[in-house]
Amino acid sequence: MKDIREDIAWAKINKDVLKSLESPRNLYWVIVIGALLVFSVGVGCEIYQYNVGMGVANLDNPHVWGLYIATFIFWIGMSHSGTLLSAILHLMHADWRKPIYRFAEAMTTFSLMTAGLFVMVHLGRLWQFYYSLPYPNDRGLWPNFQSPLLWDAMAIFTYLSSSILFLFVGMIPDLAICRDNIHSGWRKKLYTVLALGWEGTDRQWRNFRVTYLTIACFLIPLAVSVHSIVASDFAMSQQPGWHVTSFPPYFVAGALYSGCAAIITLFIILRYVFKFEEYMTLPILKKTVRLTFAIAMVWTYLNAVEFASVWYSHDIASKDVLIQKATGPYAPYWWGMIFCGSVVPLILAFKRFQTNIPVLLVTSLLLNLGMWLERWMIVAPTYSHGYYPWTWDHDQFPSWVQWGMVFGSFGWFTLLFMVFCKVFPSVSMYEVKEMVYHRSLASKKLEVSGSQESVEGAH
Amino acid sequence: MSVSNLLENWAEFRHTHPVDDVPHDPYKWAMSIDLDACSGCNACSIACYAENNIPVVGKDKFEHGQVMHWMRIERYWPEDGREFPDQGATFLPMMCQQCEAAPCETVCPVGATNHTADGLNSQIYNRCVGSRYCSANCPFKVRYFNWYDYPTTENVWPAEMTQQLNPDITLRGKGVMEKCTFCVQRIRAGERAVKNEGRILRDGEVQTACQQVCPTGAITFGNLVDPESKVHQKWKAQQVELTADEQEKDKEEGGTDLRGYRILEELRPYPSVMYMERVRESAI
Repeated sequence: MKDIREDIAWAKINKDVLKSLESPRNLYWVIVIGALLVFSVGVGCEIYQYNVGMGVANLDNPHVWGLYIATFIFWIGMSHSGTLLSAILHLMHADWRKPIYRFAEAMTTFSLMTAGLFVMVHLGRLWQFYYSLPYPNDRGLWPNFQSPLLWDAMAIFTYLSSSILFLFVGMIPDLAICRDNIHSGWRKKLYTVLALGWEGTDRQWRNFRVTYLTIACFLIPLAVSVHSIVASDFAMSQQPGWHVTSFPPYFVAGALYSGCAAIITLFIILRYVFKFEEYMTLPILKKTVRLTFAIAMVWTYLNAVEFASVWYSHDIASKDVLIQKATGPYAPYWWGMIFCGSVVPLILAFKRFQTNIPVLLVTSLLLNLGMWLERWMIVAPTYSHGYYPWTWDHDQFPSWVQWGMVFGSFGWFTLLFMVFCKVFPSVSMYEVKEMVYHRSLASKKLEVSGSQESVEGAH
Repeated sequence: MSVSNLLENWAEFRHTHPVDDVPHDPYKWAMSIDLDACSGCNACSIACYAENNIPVVGKDKFEHGQVMHWMRIERYWPEDGREFPDQGATFLPMMCQQCEAAPCETVCPVGATNHTADGLNSQIYNRCVGSRYCSANCPFKVRYFNWYDYPTTENVWPAEMTQQLNPDITLRGKGVMEKCTFCVQRIRAGERAVKNEGRILRDGEVQTACQQVCPTGAITFGNLVDPESKVHQKWKAQQVELTADEQEKDKEEGGTDLRGYRILEELRPYPSVMYMERVRESAI
C-alpha cells in the first residue's frame, strides 16, 4: 500500500486542507468545550493554591517536589517528537513525515508552553519567578549559574522560541495559500500579515529552504540538550535514585517515546475530526507505529541499564531506593510503569495491530500513562527513602489540588492544539504536493524501466 | 548588573569552601553535641521556636509533615529485642549542619542560600522564590518550607503571645524556605558589641538558644579557629577535622575509642556539627 495516492490533484489538496479551517466534524466542538472545562479545573486549583499556600498540595518535608515536577518532565518530553519528525526526519529525507509533521511541531510548541506552566505553579513564590532570569537590576544580582534549574529555565526558553520560529517558518508558503484563498474577515488580515509577502518566486523558495534547513540543524542539538538538562536537575543532585549518570540519554529516549505515542493519539483524532483520511494514511501511521516500537525498546533497554548499574554499584542508598520502588508504597505505580512502558508496546510489533485504529488509540494512551508514571517514579520515591533515616517512616500522597492541576494541563494543551488546528493548516499543503509529485515521478520512472519493485519509501 | 560584578562577587560568595586555601578569619562557627548527655527533653527545640519566631503549625499540619522545627529531636529505637519501657529511645538533636560545601547552595536557581565568610550557610528570605531544590538536595532534610502564610494564620502564635515574638527576627511569609541559622542574630549583635572594644568575640560570649537552655550542657557552640574555645578543644580531642571527608582516626585498623563523628560525612558536605556517640546504656 502506498503512503499517499499519487494522483491527488494539487487543487484538491488545497481544498481539503483549507476545509479543515472551516468545517470540522462536530466532535471538534465537543473536544474544545471538554478541554475548556478540564482546563478550568486546573485554573481553579491554582487560584486556590496561590491564595492559601503550597501546603494544600500536600507537599511536606521531605516530599518537597511532587506531581508538578513529574508532569513538567512529562510535558517537556512530549515536545521532543515534534522535533524528531520535523527536523531529524527532514534531514534524513524521510518524506513520509510530510503530511504529519506540522501537527507534531505544533504539539512541540504547545507541550513546552504547558511544561512552562508547571515550573510556575511549582514555585512557592510564583510572583517572583523572574528572579531566576538574568534580567538587569539595580542591585547587580545575577541568578545562580551553577543551578541546573537555571539551565532549565534558559534551555526551555530557547527551545520554545526556536520551535515557534521553526513552526512559523515552515508554515509561510501555506499561509500564503490561505491568504490567497480566503477573501474576507480577520483571517484574511492574519494570514496576510503572517505570510510575509510570500509570492513563491525562485529566490523566495531558495531562501526559504536554506532558512528552514538552518533552523532544523539548530533545533536538533537543542532538543537533545533540553531534556539532558532536565535530567541534570536530578543527575546533578546528590540524592540516591537521582544521582545516575545515564539519566540524560534515558530522559531523551523517554521523551521521544512519549512524544511518538502522543503523535499516534493525535494522528488518530485529527484524522477523524478534520477528515484527513486521504493524507494521514494508514501506511504513514504504520511507519510511526514502528518508529514508536523501536524507541520503546531503546527506552526499555536504558531502563534495564539503570537498574543494573544501581544494583551492581554497591551504592547501598541507591539500591535501597530501587528496592523500595519495587516493593514499597509506590510499588503499584512502579510496576504499572514497567507494564505500560515495556510490555504494552509489544502489541505494536504485530502487523495486524499496526494499522488497527481502536487498538492503537488505547495502546498509545497506555504508553503515555506509563511514561507519566515513569516521571513520577523518578521524582517521588527518592523522598520517601533518601539518605536520612528520619524521613523513612513518613509517606505522602498528592492532594486533589495536585491531581487537579495535572488534569487541567491536559485541557490547556488540548485547547491550544485544537485552536491551532482550526486557525492554521495542520497538514502541510506544499510539502504534501512535493511528496505526491516526487512519488509520481518515481513510479513513472519505474514504469519506464519496466521494474516491478515496490516504490515504498522512495525519494 | 555588570559582568565584572558577576565574575568578582561570584567567587566571593563561595571562597570558604574547605578545599580552597582561604582560611576562616577570624571566625568559623561550629558546634559539638554530646549524645551521651542528651536526655531528649526537647528544651532546645522549644527555645529555638521562641528565639526564631518559628510558627507552631498545629496537630493537623504536623501529621502532614509540615512542621517547622528548625531544631528537632529524632528518636531511634535500638533493635536489641527489648521493648519500651525496658528499652528507651536514643535521641539525636538535628538542625542545619551549616555544611562547608553545602549541597543546597549550588542548586538554588536564584542564589538565595550562600556561604558567609564565618562559615555559616545563610538563607536570604527576600531572594527565595520557593523552588525547594535546596531541600530536595539536602542530605539531612533540615530545611523547612513555609507551606502557608503563617504570620496571618490564626493560632500560629496565640493572641496573647504575639507580644513575645523576637523583634530581632523577621517573620517569614508563605513560599520561602527557612532553616537553622546558628542564631545568626545573636552572633551579629555580639560582633557589633565587641567591635566597639576593638576585639573579637571570646568563647562563650555568644550562645545559641538551644545551647543556652540545654539542661545537661550537651550542646557546645563556638569559634572553631579560636584555639581557646571549648568547641575547638572538643573537635581536637575527638580528632575530627573540618576539612576531611574521612577522619584519620577512622582509617586506623580496629577503629578508635574516640566518640566524635559527623553525620553523612562521606557525602562530603563537610558539616560544621560534630556529634559524640552515646556510650551509656540506652534504657531510661
